[in-house]
Amino acid sequence: MSHPRSYRLSFVLISVALCLAVVLNISSGSVSIPFSATLSGLLGKPLEVPSWEYILWDYRVPKALTALLVGGGLSLSGLLMQTLFRNPLAGPFVLGISSGASLGAALLLMGASFVSSFASLSFVGDVSLAIAASLGSFLVLAVVLIVAQRIRDTMALLIIGLMFGSITSALVSVLAYFTSAESLQRFIFWSFGSVGNLSSQQLSLLTGIVILGVLLCVLSIKALNAFLLGEHYAKSLGVSLKKSRLVIIIAAGLLAGGITAFAGPIVFIGLAVPHLTRQIFDTMEHRILVPAVFLYGAILMLLCDTLAQLPNSVNVLPINAITSLVGAPVVIWLLVRKRKMIF
Amino acid sequence: MENVEKHILSTKELTIGYGSKVVAEHINFSLETGTLCGIVGANGIGKSTLLRTLGGFQPKLGGSIYLKSKALENHSPSEMAQKLSVVLTEPPASKNLTVQELIALGRQPYTNWLGSLSSMDKDHIDQSINAFLLNDLRNAKCHELSDGQLQRVLIARAMAQDTPLILLDEPTTHLDLYHKVQILKLLQQLAHQNQKTILFTTHEIDLAIQLCDKTLILDGIDNPFGAPCELIEQHHFERLFPSEMIQFDAKTGTFKVNK
Repeated sequence: MSHPRSYRLSFVLISVALCLAVVLNISSGSVSIPFSATLSGLLGKPLEVPSWEYILWDYRVPKALTALLVGGGLSLSGLLMQTLFRNPLAGPFVLGISSGASLGAALLLMGASFVSSFASLSFVGDVSLAIAASLGSFLVLAVVLIVAQRIRDTMALLIIGLMFGSITSALVSVLAYFTSAESLQRFIFWSFGSVGNLSSQQLSLLTGIVILGVLLCVLSIKALNAFLLGEHYAKSLGVSLKKSRLVIIIAAGLLAGGITAFAGPIVFIGLAVPHLTRQIFDTMEHRILVPAVFLYGAILMLLCDTLAQLPNSVNVLPINAITSLVGAPVVIWLLVRKRKMIF
Repeated sequence: MENVEKHILSTKELTIGYGSKVVAEHINFSLETGTLCGIVGANGIGKSTLLRTLGGFQPKLGGSIYLKSKALENHSPSEMAQKLSVVLTEPPASKNLTVQELIALGRQPYTNWLGSLSSMDKDHIDQSINAFLLNDLRNAKCHELSDGQLQRVLIARAMAQDTPLILLDEPTTHLDLYHKVQILKLLQQLAHQNQKTILFTTHEIDLAIQLCDKTLILDGIDNPFGAPCELIEQHHFERLFPSEMIQFDAKTGTFKVNK
């Protein structure tokens, strides 16, 4: 297979597109900064207006980096789930993994005041939020995987995922009923989803989680390819099923859970990007797909965030509204074109 | 033990089944290099269970299975992958794979951690593609193939895995007579020319009698094993099915419907 060579041009193009998306994302925002000023600022030159410097380096660049990590990481998590579940419609949101992360976050953000009114919100640190959301997503992922062992039916699995989503959101609303107004507000804002407003500490933690997830994913590439034949064939090729499955689940859970902890439950990116990527990279080979899906997801998330900014306006749309508008039609398109259901 | 060494695969008083439910017992046979062997028997007698047990997908209930002189259960997953390959009745999970991609997956036991193909791996892949007449379909997606073509691809993948032993579960189901014969002929060629030991389950008893070097009859009693002509002489095929509806004709090696 001479795939690595034949997709080289596509990789060059998609990398250029990513750079453009980053610059575009950074140059737009509620305060109008000229494009040329943004570019020279990015190249390290001092800017005419001191406040621009602050906006650029303390807000927009971290936000673009967050969007890049969130988009790439969620998409990769979607790819892992689609291969693991042999299901083209699997993704962190559809399978209820994001809901699991929400439940983890809700228990932490609201449960603290539910258990004891003395507990102060400052007690809830960044690390514990990431851990709680990741644990929530691992929990749901593990349950879905156990169910998937028994039920091979694509649709049944998806409906079960939706049911998990309902159960977790029901639990969240019970929590919300008993919690204090402040913690409820904090949870609601979190659940809108946002890639801005991450402290540098949070951003470095997110970066660490995504790098770890990507690393585990790269280590699983060979096993992921074997899983394309089905589990029995993978076993006959010498893949250690339990170990590989565990590594893939940890990678998918870390990516989905960690990202959801900091950026909120962002919908559809994880599901849609692997399919959109295959429109350019028409292969199932994970050595190609893993980097391609990450890059494509990063680009899409940066563009969605740029749109959400409503250029030169103070209004910011919830990022989930934009990703739904992009992602939902992809799902409909997949269902209509049955052939493409073959993943 | 000397006797065991000579054979690629041998079983002794093997009992197979699920949990406490015994499906078949007293299975004794051994296969030498370059043998094509068919497993025949009525529905539900345990053909697939036997194949899955030999392939290491489910534990045996009793007796022993040896690959060369080493017990099957003492093989690590990667050792197994270099000794036996399988073709199962289940289709590949992703039908979006191209023929070449799918066959290339057969080289996994030999590739590095990332699965990069060496020039030797590519040679094996090309040989398999040519042996199973798939050159024109190289870049076709699996969902575009007919049943017969897909079956050839799956067997070519097993050939690319380059193991001394290949197990196939009902490789000829869903195929018309022409393609059944084509598949079995290709298997015979693979066994004799490439010195592979091939064991497959089938319902095509007449074809198995004509093409196989050895046959294992699962009859639920003593499971006779031997060359098809010997088994015919010993009247073993006649016991395969209740005789009121069909009868075995020893001269032609086929079953005939009682008029």
